[in-house]
This record gives sequence, structure tokens and C-alpha cells, in this order.
Amino acid sequence: MDFDFTDEQNMVRDGISRLIREEYDFDTRRSVVASESGWRPELWAQLAELGMLAAPFSEEDGGFGGATEAMIIMEEFGKGLAVEPFVPSVVCAGGALKHGGNSAQREEYIGGIISGEMVFAFAYAEPRGRYDLANLETTAKADGGDYVINGHKAVVIGAPWATHLVVTARTSGGQSDKDGVSVFIVDKAAQGVSTRDYATVDGRRASEVYFENVKVSGDALIGDAGNGLPLIEKVVDEATAAVCAEAVGAMKVTHETTVDYSRQRKQFGTPIGSFQVLQHRMADMLMEYEQSVSMCYLATIKLDEDDATRKKNVSAAKVRIGQAARFIGQSAIQTHGGMGMTDELAVGSYFKRLSIIEGEFGSVDHHMRRHIALTAG
Amino acid sequence: MNLEFTEEEKAFRAEVRDFIDNNYPKDIGTRGVQDELSPEDMLAWHKILGKKGWSVPAWPTEYGGTGWTPTQRYIWGEENARKNTVMPLPFGVSMVGPVIYTFGNEEQKAEHLPGIRSGDVWWCQGYSEPGAGSDLASLKTTAVRDGDDYIINGQKTWTTLAQHADWGFFLCRTDPDAPKPQMGISFILVDMNTPGIEVRPIKLIDGGYEVNEVWLTDVRVPATNLIGEENKGWTYAKFLLAHERSGIAGVARSKRGVEQLKEIAASEMLDGKPLLEDMGFAQKISQLEIDLSALEITELRTLAGEQAGKGPGPESSLLKVKGTEIQQRLTELTLEAVGHYGAPDFRSFPDDGSNDFPIGPDYAHHAAPTYFNMRKTSIYGGSNEIQRNIITKMILGL
Ligand SMILES: Cc1cc2nc3c(=O)[nH]c(=O)nc-3n(C[C@H](O)[C@H](O)[C@H](O)COP(=O)(O)OP(=O)(O)OC[C@H]3O[C@@H](n4cnc5c(N)ncnc54)[C@H](O)[C@@H]3O)c2cc1C
Ligand SMILES: Cc1cc2nc3c(=O)[nH]c(=O)nc-3n(C[C@H](O)[C@H](O)[C@H](O)COP(=O)(O)OP(=O)(O)OC[C@H]3O[C@@H](n4cnc5c(N)ncnc54)[C@H](O)[C@@H]3O)c2cc1C
Repeated sequence: MDFDFTDEQNMVRDGISRLIREEYDFDTRRSVVASESGWRPELWAQLAELGMLAAPFSEEDGGFGGATEAMIIMEEFGKGLAVEPFVPSVVCAGGALKHGGNSAQREEYIGGIISGEMVFAFAYAEPRGRYDLANLETTAKADGGDYVINGHKAVVIGAPWATHLVVTARTSGGQSDKDGVSVFIVDKAAQGVSTRDYATVDGRRASEVYFENVKVSGDALIGDAGNGLPLIEKVVDEATAAVCAEAVGAMKVTHETTVDYSRQRKQFGTPIGSFQVLQHRMADMLMEYEQSVSMCYLATIKLDEDDATRKKNVSAAKVRIGQAARFIGQSAIQTHGGMGMTDELAVGSYFKRLSIIEGEFGSVDHHMRRHIALTAG
Repeated sequence: MNLEFTEEEKAFRAEVRDFIDNNYPKDIGTRGVQDELSPEDMLAWHKILGKKGWSVPAWPTEYGGTGWTPTQRYIWGEENARKNTVMPLPFGVSMVGPVIYTFGNEEQKAEHLPGIRSGDVWWCQGYSEPGAGSDLASLKTTAVRDGDDYIINGQKTWTTLAQHADWGFFLCRTDPDAPKPQMGISFILVDMNTPGIEVRPIKLIDGGYEVNEVWLTDVRVPATNLIGEENKGWTYAKFLLAHERSGIAGVARSKRGVEQLKEIAASEMLDGKPLLEDMGFAQKISQLEIDLSALEITELRTLAGEQAGKGPGPESSLLKVKGTEIQQRLTELTLEAVGHYGAPDFRSFPDDGSNDFPIGPDYAHHAAPTYFNMRKTSIYGGSNEIQRNIITKMILGL
């Protein structure tokens, strides 16, 4: 049994947490989120320089780690509510390339991701697909050696900042068939790609992305045509584990902030933290948080095992962490009273991010269903 | 025991429904309650009701009330919820109005009640302060007698819609040396246009501006604006809070909310079937409906008690806690139901005049902000913790 991190992992944690502490205080975040671009490209360059964008890749791809490093980084992202696109670019696109890309693709694109010169968004969700990764209306029709992509992707996080997209599309089969899903790399500037950009309620940026007869060469295909679903499922599981880690970081700060507030806020001549009903609620928040840390570790450790084991544990983590995120977020607002409702206090922003994480890469219900399917009989 | 409405009550329902269908302004009716309404929109229906004589149904008839029974008022609420009408703001109608006709003098009644009935005067409630929330009696804003005036100094906060208010009712400390904090507080009406009042908006987590800080610096108001007796304001404030709570269960609005949730769940698809047919989600909706039935019958039992002459007591705390929990649960399920499209911030949508490529279904646009905003319901009007304390003390005697 060993829950210790390696020296190298501890260095990753120290590096990222110092950067977030120094560069990502809440006022800075607020002004970044409100700015026109909505993120800090210069911070992204700094992350690249520190090697953070290389952390989840293996040495042969130019990196030095894997899922645990991604977890460590996302936990610190969660503590600072960082909006930069680590999950879409590094975890999702990077994951698709490292598990499915050929050597030429890996060299070009993983290299670009690690250096920060290329920023990817992950265009997998569709307006009517809910959380079903195979339910695709977007098509990619073979045309000689090329493919022609048509379709509409929903709420593509980080797309306004992206230079490239990883796109899922159907190359054959019926709308929800498991076979016939393919994965492509698309230059965001390619002819026929258009976006409608907007902010999200938790302070990030996203786009609706439209593909109108977008022509890509056969080299743009990641892995085999028609066999992309297992790859996408693995990538989404890794992303799910990463947002679980982000949630854990956000929950920690949310809980601590609440305990601090309850020490300071006085009503009836005494700190509200002396009321037993609030004490018990904060004790429950702590227990929810600790269980979440455990599930986050579990999911991360199981990411490289066989598909069924990976899926079962990731779903278990997402269920538990989704529930904890709701309880901790709501409890924090309630304990802050009217102050919790204001845009001014950081706690509201943590609550909003936790609320959206609940549904990201699959809601509690979705993962509960998947867990049942994998464990019942 | 009989849960049926009588023939008279059924006829009353038909009359009410007919009136709403024929008179509710079409242009606000289509927008629903969640949208940001202009002050004019918020008052439009109130003014129509004022002319009809239906704007203050619960008041005694001598002050313009309808004389409806509690059951009739319940039907009235249901029919308005069915149409999603924008009801009169509570601050005049349900809060200060009853205080004025119960404790005010004849001049005050004559001056203020007509404007409340007609919807011409917008009221706000100046109770809470930065240091006095749950512990309202610790409030610090002072009113010092100076000849025929009071001079008010202090800061109020969370004052809902004060940015549009013509008048406010304020709790102020008039005797700092009183033996108990509750004793030394007065209930004073303040014209919001008096010099020395500054209203600063507070932005909430859903991005909206419904509450304000109100700063009062040497605000001079005539002593005739005092309600009842000096230093007896706590009595009137408590009377008012009981009124505030009884409206807060929101059963009829929640029933309408469940219908809307079902419409959303019927159009969202899961595995090729409507989400509404998914056993897991259907179960959550049923749970909500069952809890809502329990609350509805509980409220009807309370109404029956009131009809038999029992005033609203600590039972209203139960209605508030359960009602707000259901309202919050509704917004959680709506956010779950809309999936990915809960995340976009509709306030940031590009305003390029094009509707060709909508960003998700319309019903998704308010799901997250409404969920965030409705967290307030377990905080305001006496937090749900405070309500439970009241139940513990007043009903259980612990
Ligand atoms: C099956 C069983 C086996 C047991 N075995 C052993 C044994 O082997 N050896 C032994 O020594 N004892 C044993 N116990 C006794 C056990 O430790 C006591 O029952 C326990 O400490 C609770 O005390 P009590 O029953 O007096 O309840 P009380 O102390 O009277 O408590 C009643 C209720 O009040 C609550 N309460 C009390 N104080 C507070 C507070 N400050 N804040 C909030 N809530 C409070 C409690 O949580 C409980 O819900 C056993 C009990 C059971 C039921
Ligand atoms: C959207 C909104 C609109 C409002 N509109 C108005 C308005 O128009 N006019 C007006 O005067 N006020 C208004 N309020 C203020 C509202 O009444 C207060 O927010 C409320 O009374 C809680 O006070 P507080 O915010 O200071 O929280 P606090 O009193 O600081 O409470 C913080 C937490 O501690 C808990 N707590 C406090 N005391 C106890 C206790 N003894 N036991 C257990 N738990 C306790 C509370 O339940 C809460 O969870 C509004 C508030 C909001 C959020």
C-alpha cells in the first residue's frame, strides 16, 4: 500500500501550486474571465515552460509522466479555478493522440501541445447526443483519400482559444452504432469550419462548432476508420478523472473557506460556527471531501487497466464526486447566507464551477447507469 | 373529510380563469417568470388587478380586500400560476400593507393604502444589515428624534428591488439603551427620494441585480412616518414576518414548474427515448410530485385552520422549509435535464441578430442561472436553519 507521490510528482505539485497561488488569486481570475479573450495565453506559455503541458505524456512522446501527473495539476487548477484549457488540449486531444495517433501525428501534434504552440479543443458532444459518445449526427464521408465532414458540435469547451480540434464523426453505420465512429484532427482555420463563441456560466469559454463540407486528408484520421469509439471512451474517461481531480481541488477550497467564514461571521453574539447544526454540516462536507479524494485516486490508478475495470471505477468516482460537489457547493452557499449569493465572494464561483462539473463528461445518472451495466450480473 | 371543492368554489375558479385569460397582458405573458422584467412589466398585472379590485385579496374588505375565503385565495393563486403571471410584489401587498392597516393611524392608511392597491407605489423592505441577518434584532441603523423629524443613519443590505422603490419600510433603533435589543426598535416609513439615501446594486451569482445596499446618511423623515408606537417596531416586524412566510411555500408555482420540467424531459432524448421515460429520471420527478402533494395538502390543512379562525402560527415555518426545498429541487432537476446546454451563459451569446443557429434549446438558457439564483430561497425570509429553530422551540418546546 502506498499513497505517496514520487519526488518528481511532488515537484509538479509544488510548481503548479506556486504558479496558481502567485498568478491566480481570485481578483486576477475575475478580471481574466471578464476580459475579451477570457484566458491568459501568457500563462499557458509559462505552463509550457515549466513543463506542465508535458506532464501527462510518456518519455517517448516528450513528456515525463501520466494520469497521476494530470490529476495533480487539475487538483491545483481546481483550487484556483483556473480556466485555461488543460483538459481539452492536453488530456483530451493529447490523450487521443497518445493512445491512437501514429508516430508522425504524435511527433507533430503532441510536440505542438507540449510547447503550447498548438491549443486543441475536443469537439465530441452534439446537441441531441446527451452523454452518448456513439450518438453522432456529424458525418465524415470518404472522398478518394480524403474525408468531408459535416455537422454541429455542442458546447465545445476552449474552442474560442483553439488552433486545432479533435473531432468525432460517423464514417459509417446508423446514428448510435458502436462501429463507424472515427476521430479526426481538424485545423480550426480550415475552410468550412465556423463557430459561435460564448462564455459559460462557470467562467470559461466555449463554442458551437459547425462543419460545412470541411475537407481533411486521410492523414487527419486518428487510428482506424470506424473503430474510434474505444479510443474516445478511453479519452473521455481520462478527462472525467481529470475533472474529478479539479472538483476535489475546488471542494477543498470551498470547504476551507466555509469553515473560515463560520469562525468569523457572528450572529446572536457568537460565531455561527458554534451552532451545532452548522458544525455537523461542515463535518459532513469534510467527509464528502475525503471520500472524493479517495475516489479520485481510485479512478486515476485504474485508468490504465482493462476497459471494464477502468469504466467501472471512473463511473464510481464520477457518481460519488458529482454528489459530493453538489452537497459541498450548496452547503457552502447556505452557510455563507446572503453573502454566499453575491458575485463578489469567491465561494459563489466555486459553487458554480462545481455545479457544472456535476454534468461534465456525464452526470451522476449517466455514470450510475454505466456502473449498473458493468456490475449488475 | 372532503378534498373536493364546492360548486361555488368551482364556479369561482371558472370566473377567475376567464378573467386572467381575457386580461393578462399578452406581451409579458409569453416571457415567463424567469426573464428579467422591466419595472413596468412587473407592475402591469398589478395595475390591472388594482382596477378590478383584486390586487389585495387577503386584506379586510374595508381596505379594499375581496372577502375571499382562504380556499378562494388558494384557487386564485393556482390560476395565476397556471398562466405564469407576474404577481404583485409582496413588499406592499403582503408586508407593509397589513402592518399599516393593522397598526397605522388613519392618516397613514389614507396616504399609503390606495397606492399599494393600485400598484402605483413601489415598496421595499429595509430590515437586514451587514451585521444583522438571522439575528435581526441586533440591527444598528439609528433614528434620532429631532423636533418633528427623525434623523436616520446606517446601512441596510439585501434590499430587494430598492433600485425601483418609491417607499421603504425600515427598522431603526430608537432606544440604544433598551434592556433587550428587541425593545428599542421602531418601524418607520421612508420616502426613498429623501436626500441622504443612496442605493447601490449588488450583483448576485446568477449575474442579476435584484438586491441592493441602502446607505442612509442624515436622512430626515417626518416623525409622522412612525408606525404605531416608538420602540414597539419589533412587534410589527414579527407580525409582518408571519405574513411573509405564509406565501413562501409556492405550491402552485412549483406544480407549474413540474409541468415545465416534464415538457423538457419529454423533448430531451436518452438512448433514443425521451428522458421522461428513463426510470431513473422519471423516479426523481415522481418523488418531487409526491413531496409536492404532501406539501399541498399540508398547506390546505393550514388554510382550513385559518378559515376556522386560527392565525398563521409556527406551522408556516414548515411550509417555508418544505416549499423552498421543493423549489430548489426543481431547478436542480431542470439543470440535469438540459445536459450540455446547461453550461452556456446566455447573457454572453453573440448578438449578431441571427437566429439561424440557436445555442441550444430556449428552455436550457435559464436552467443554470435559475438554479444558482434559487439557492436564495433557503436563506431569505428567515433561513431554513432559523425556521427549524422556530419549529424546535415553538412546536416541540425544546
Ligand atoms: C449494541 C450496543 C453495544 C454496546 N456495546 C458497548 C460495550 O461493549 N461497552 C460499553 O461500554 N458500551 C457499549 N455500548 C454503549 C454505547 O457506547 C452507548 O450507547 C453510547 O455511548 C451512547 O450513549 P447512550 O446510549 O447513553 O445515549 P445518550 O448519550 O443518552 O445519547 C442519546 C442521543 O443524544 C445524542 N447526543 C448525546 N450527546 C450529544 C451531543 N453533545 N451533541 C449531539 N448529540 C448528542 C446521541 O448521539 C444520541 O443520539 C453499546 C451500545 C449498544 C447500542
Ligand atoms: C436574494 C435575497 C433577497 C433578500 N431580500 C431582502 C429584503 O428585501 N429586505 C431585507 O431586509 N432582507 C432581505 N434579505 C436578507 C435575508 O433576510 C438575510 O440574508 C437572512 O436573514 C440571512 O441573514 P444573513 O445573510 O446575514 O446570514 P447569517 O445570519 O450570517 O447566516 C449565515 C448562516 O448561518 C446560519 N445561522 C445563523 N444563525 C443561526 C442559528 N442560530 N442556528 C443555526 N444556524 C444559524 C444561517 O441559517 C445561515 O446558514 C434578502 C436576502 C437575499 C439572499
